[in-house]
Parts: sequence; structure tokens; C-alpha cells
Amino acid sequence: MDKVSTVETHGHAHGHAHDHAHEELGFWRKYVFSQDHKVIGIQYAITALLFLLFGFGLMMLMRWQLAYPGRPIPVIGGLFGAANAPGGIMLPEFYNQLGAMHGTIMVFLGVVPLAVGGFGNFVMPLQIGAPDMAFPKLNMMSYWVYFVGGVVMLASFFMPQGAARSGWTSYPPLSIVELGGQTWWLTGMIFLITSSLLGSVNFIVTIVQLRAKGLSWMRLPFFVWAQLVTAFLLLLAFPPLEAAGVLQLMDRLAGTSFFMPSGLVVGGQVVNVAGGGNPLLWQHLFWFLAHPEVYVLILPAMGIVSEVIANNTRKPLWGYRALVYSIVFLGFMSFIVWAHHMFMTGMGTVMNSFFQVTTMIISIPSVVILTALLLSLWGASIRFTTPMLFALAFLPMFGIGGLTGLPLGLAPPDIHLHDTYYVIGHFHYVVAPGTIFALFAGIYYWFPKATGRRMNDILGRIHFWGSFVCINIVFMPMFIQGLAGMNRRMYDGGAQYAHNAGLPVQLHIWIGMAAWTLGLFQIPFIFNFFWSIWKGKRVSDNPWEATTLEWSAPSPPGHGNFLTEPVVYRGPYEYSVPGAAKDFTPQFEPERA
Amino acid sequence: MNIPYTVETRPDTGLNNGKLGIWLFLASEVMLFGALFSTYIILRTSAPVWPHGELSILLGAINTVILISSSVTMVMAWASLKMNEWAKHRLYLIATFLLAAVFLVNKYFEYAEHLTHGEGPWHSTFLAIYFTLTGLHGLHIIGGMIVMAYFIGPGASLWKRNPEQFANRIELTGLYWHFVDLVWIFLFPVLYLL
Repeated sequence: MDKVSTVETHGHAHGHAHDHAHEELGFWRKYVFSQDHKVIGIQYAITALLFLLFGFGLMMLMRWQLAYPGRPIPVIGGLFGAANAPGGIMLPEFYNQLGAMHGTIMVFLGVVPLAVGGFGNFVMPLQIGAPDMAFPKLNMMSYWVYFVGGVVMLASFFMPQGAARSGWTSYPPLSIVELGGQTWWLTGMIFLITSSLLGSVNFIVTIVQLRAKGLSWMRLPFFVWAQLVTAFLLLLAFPPLEAAGVLQLMDRLAGTSFFMPSGLVVGGQVVNVAGGGNPLLWQHLFWFLAHPEVYVLILPAMGIVSEVIANNTRKPLWGYRALVYSIVFLGFMSFIVWAHHMFMTGMGTVMNSFFQVTTMIISIPSVVILTALLLSLWGASIRFTTPMLFALAFLPMFGIGGLTGLPLGLAPPDIHLHDTYYVIGHFHYVVAPGTIFALFAGIYYWFPKATGRRMNDILGRIHFWGSFVCINIVFMPMFIQGLAGMNRRMYDGGAQYAHNAGLPVQLHIWIGMAAWTLGLFQIPFIFNFFWSIWKGKRVSDNPWEATTLEWSAPSPPGHGNFLTEPVVYRGPYEYSVPGAAKDFTPQFEPERA
Repeated sequence: MNIPYTVETRPDTGLNNGKLGIWLFLASEVMLFGALFSTYIILRTSAPVWPHGELSILLGAINTVILISSSVTMVMAWASLKMNEWAKHRLYLIATFLLAAVFLVNKYFEYAEHLTHGEGPWHSTFLAIYFTLTGLHGLHIIGGMIVMAYFIGPGASLWKRNPEQFANRIELTGLYWHFVDLVWIFLFPVLYLL
């Protein structure tokens, strides 16, 4: 070792450097520009949690405007400036910014980085018995490129015309003719896409190449399978959005007309562009990513829930092979369902028919997975731990989200439901009480591995029951509003339309109350999270008596993860094996002679 | 801590990490250019008229020959390493770098020809897709040149410490370079000839 790290430059003579068992890193390289997958995973997770909180805050502001249109925002109304909320009353332009950025932040900066960047990075290499990711430097870059993308997105709020306000879908021509933050949005997206490309290559190579001795494909924990399929979706679906982003940037900056039709009139004026472009092209390119993105949101959640359910039912997962085949099939199918978001664009009945058939087909593997997880509960003596509560809630919540999607996936009912609050209710059931609950389950479940301490159970239960009740009061009424025909993008929540009068409009107040209460119920979680890092109950390396490899490493695992090279002897979920001494037989436990 | 299979091949997959990584990266690149080629097809099929003869077929053909030659020299640069001929490797890698530079100079003249007439990407749908596709391809050329410059300059010292790893890295650079070449082989007929 002729390179001496910064720590050793003072005090130590050069010749002593080799005395250290491994290279000591300085603060910056250990905690900030770290190449250790666990540190990067935690960086991802904490950044993503902050973005989730921020995106949730944007939604709570919007909910005020929807519940009480035109009334000044109480207490904090003065913070937004005269350009956004004069006298504390939100302007429509500001409302649109909040809407566009809520979606963008929750999906691209919150849930995916937490599910993939956070859990994937921290847990997956441990579960496959790897010392680290295959490309540690790329892993570090992936986090920092994500971070820059996030900063660009946040900075756009402070630009003269504010943040992007054409919805998270950024449909042209609106997204091209509008002033303001859209250029920043596109720039931020290109950073985020680059980050996910670096990450997904790394994930796939790690899973394929760095599995421990004896860890064959059918012995992989289901969470690893979920991460593998997710990485393929990110790898192959994101580039078309990158292409679309470049094209939209060209339209905005270089005056091209990729998405601008000839003879477009805006505000009574013919727009001065070359024309000949195709606005629908954007929608195709966007949804080619954004539908697989839905599965990027849900698959890691299914992976987490499977781990937690197997552990707390003390039984093998029901139908492990069916789960694996289903998730792989789901990954393939997710590439050919995208245009079910576009039934109402007039692309024609032939296209509609094709995409509604593929959409019905893709619901089959989803139902297989959900059914297998439900059947896993049958006859189990369940441990109702905090992570298990969240995992159990995931099942009916995802079920509601998925089943309400079926009418949207068929073109005729979609005519009525398209762009209403029904759609909002549907996908939020999948992502919020679905995916985000699964992510909470994951946090409570793997917290002891990351810190060596457990999170407080009572606070966890308060967090769970409060969130569970409130989140259903938030999203369930949206189905009623949507069936009543309430459009999802109204600045006043649709109060100006007679068909919304009465119950549909009044429900906005209920939803608002429940949303703000939901915010309050996150406080026990935030407190619990930080308090438990230092004061939580110390636990052993395997506090849940689990079977997968990450529990054989010390808590928290040191650099390089395992004390001895892990070897795998059996499948991932050998719980309650008849004749065994205990009710769990870990993958890393050798066969008795 | 050492990551396994960075240099050596994992027996059951038959790959090392870098080789699998670059192929995955190229798969994602295929999707990127695939989306742009699809855009080209959709715009062209819906356009009432499509311009012909806007580009110099001669310059395009010369650039095609240059890029194909650079792919050959790239293979030779790797093969020389395998035959342990360091001086030849240097020669071929520098030749590849120079051919790439000549390609860009040629491209610069093509761009300048249009831009001096005020015909930028804003001018028509054809020029919009032309500048976007060739611009993005040009960025890939520059990216490849940066990697080659690294292995000509500071990266070359790896050869002494770990020749096998160095040869692997040149192989991966070559795979990427052939992909960039391949994209051009699609771009040339699509934009210049058809």
C-alpha cells in the first residue's frame, strides 16, 4: 500500500500503514462519498424519506385549497410570497406547481429511491452473501447523481416562474408552451434517469455474479428476485423517457417541433413553430417508461412484504416458484401495456383492444402473487410485530388498488372514469397504503440490521393504526367522487360544477382532515426513527429469528459485511421444518452430520 | 476487501462483472436509440413531404468508412494486448482515437454548412431529428474518446500491475466503440440515403 489515507498522514509513519487490518477512511469517504453499499443505502433511504415528507407537505397544502377553495392558508400562508399565494390565498399557477411536483417527487425522488436505492442497496448484497455491490464507485455516483437531480427539482421552485406545472406527466403542447420550471424539470429528470441506469446495471451484475456459494437461483429470497426484475425494468424502460426528455428539451430550447403540431393556437395566437410534430408521441414515450415504473414501485414492495410475512408466519412462503415465475412474467408484460393510459386520446379501437387485452393478462400474475401471499397466512400462528402489521395491511390495500384498476384497464368504463378522482384513488391505493406501507414494514424489519437496535414497538403501533385509518379515509372517498364524475385537476376541487354539488365536494373536507391527521401520525415514526438509532433496545444479530443470509452478518455489518465467507445450504424460507430443533433453519446453517 | 470476479470469470455464469455490466449498459443504449429511431419513423410516416438530398452523401460515406476503420483498429488494439505487443497496442489505440477525431471534424463541417445557412434544428422536422440523432451520437463518440484518452494516458499504467484487467478494460471499451459504430451504420442510410 503506497497510498496513505488522510487519517494516517498525521502521526503515523508510512511504514505503519500496513499494520491496519483494512484501510481506515476519513469522515468524508466513510459517510459522505462512501462506496460501501450499506452507507449508500442509508443515504438513499434518508434522502428519499425527506423527499417523501416534502412531497407529502405539498399535498397537504393542495388539500387546503381543495377543502376550502379561495380561503387563506392558515398559519403558514404568508410563507409563499405574493407571487404564489397573495394574502395566503393560493393562486392556480401555484396549485399546478404543487400538483406536478407532488407526483414527480413522490415517484422519482421518494418511493423509487427508497425501495430500490435504499432497500435494494442495503439488503440485497447482504441477502446474496456479497461483500459489496459489483461496482462500488458506480454505486456512489448513482447516489450523487440522484442527489443532484433532486436539488435541481427543488431549486426549480425558486426560479422566476416557479416549478414545472404541467403535471408529472408533462404532456405537450402545454409543457412546451408554458414558461417556467419545465426546463428544470427535464434537466432534473435526465439526472434521475442517469442515476437509475447506473444503479440498475450494478444491481443486475451484483445479483448474477456475486451470489454466495450454494445460492442457486431457486434459493434466492423473493426480495432479491423482486429487485432483479425491477432493475431490468429500470434498465430498459427509462431510456425511452430519456430520449423523450431530450426531445422535449430540444422543443423548448432549440425551437424544434417534435411534439408541436402544425397550426397550434394558444390564447388566440398561432404559435410560431415549424410544426409537423406529434403530441401523442410524447405520451407513448412517456408511458413506455411510466407504466413499467408502476411495477418499479410495487415489485420491491412485494419483495419486502414476502420477507416479512414468511418471517412472522413462521412458515415457508406458499408457492415460492409460482411467485418467482409470476414476477418475471409480470416484468415482461409490463413493457406492452403502456397505452392503456391513452384510451381517451383517440388512438383507435384496434390499439385500445390490444392494450386492454394485455392489461387483463398482466393482472393474472399480480393476482397470483397476492393470492400466494394471502395463502401463506393460512394456518399460521402469526407474530403480530410492527413490520408484520404493515405487511398485513399491504395485502388488502394493494388488493383494493389493483382491483379498482380493472375498470380503468377496459376502454369502455375508462371513458367515464378517465381523469377523475377515481384514478387518483386507484393508483394511490397501490402506492400509498400499498407500497409505502410495505416500505414502512421494511424499515421496522431491517432497522435492527442497520443499527443493532430495534425501533420502539408501542410508537410503531400508534404509527400503524393511525396511518391505516387515516389513509383509508383519504383515499376511499375518492372513488365516490370519481364515480360522480369529478375531474382530478380542478383548482377548486370541482366546486364550480353542478354535478359535483353536495357530497362529492363535501368529501374534500373529510379528505383534508384525514390527510392532515395522517401527517400528525407520522410524528411518532419520525421520533421513533431517530430516538431508536441511539436509544433503541439493543438486539442480537438475528432478532426476528429469520432464515435469510443478512441475519448471519453482525448488526450493523462492518465493511465487507460477513465475518466469514457465507455458504448457503438450503432454500430461503425453511421455517417450522418438521423434526428440526427450532422453528427456523437458516440458509447459512450447515447440515448436521 | 476485494469484489470477486472483477477480473476472473465466474465459472457458472461464464462472465466477469465488467463484461456483463457493459452488455447491460449497451442494452439500455439500444432502448435509447430505439426510442429515437421510432420517433424518426413516426414523424416521417406522418409527414406530408419528406426532404431528400439535404445532406452530403459523400461526407456521410467518408465518415462511415472512418468509423468502420476505427472499429478495426480498436479490435487490433485489443488483439495486440492479447499477443502481448504493447507498442502495437499503443499505436492502434491512438489510431482509433485519431479516427474518431477526424469523424468529429468532418461532422463539424457538415453542421457548419447547415448552420451558416440558418438551417438549425428549428428549421424543419427532418433537421430536428437529424441534429438530435447525430448530436447524441456525437456525444457518444466524445464519450468514447475520453475513455480512450484515459487508457492512452493515466490508465495505461494498469498494464504493468494487472495486464489481464487492462486487457479486459480495453475489450469493454471496444464493445462500446463497436456499438457507437453500429448506431452510425443505422444513421447513415436512415438520414442520408433513404
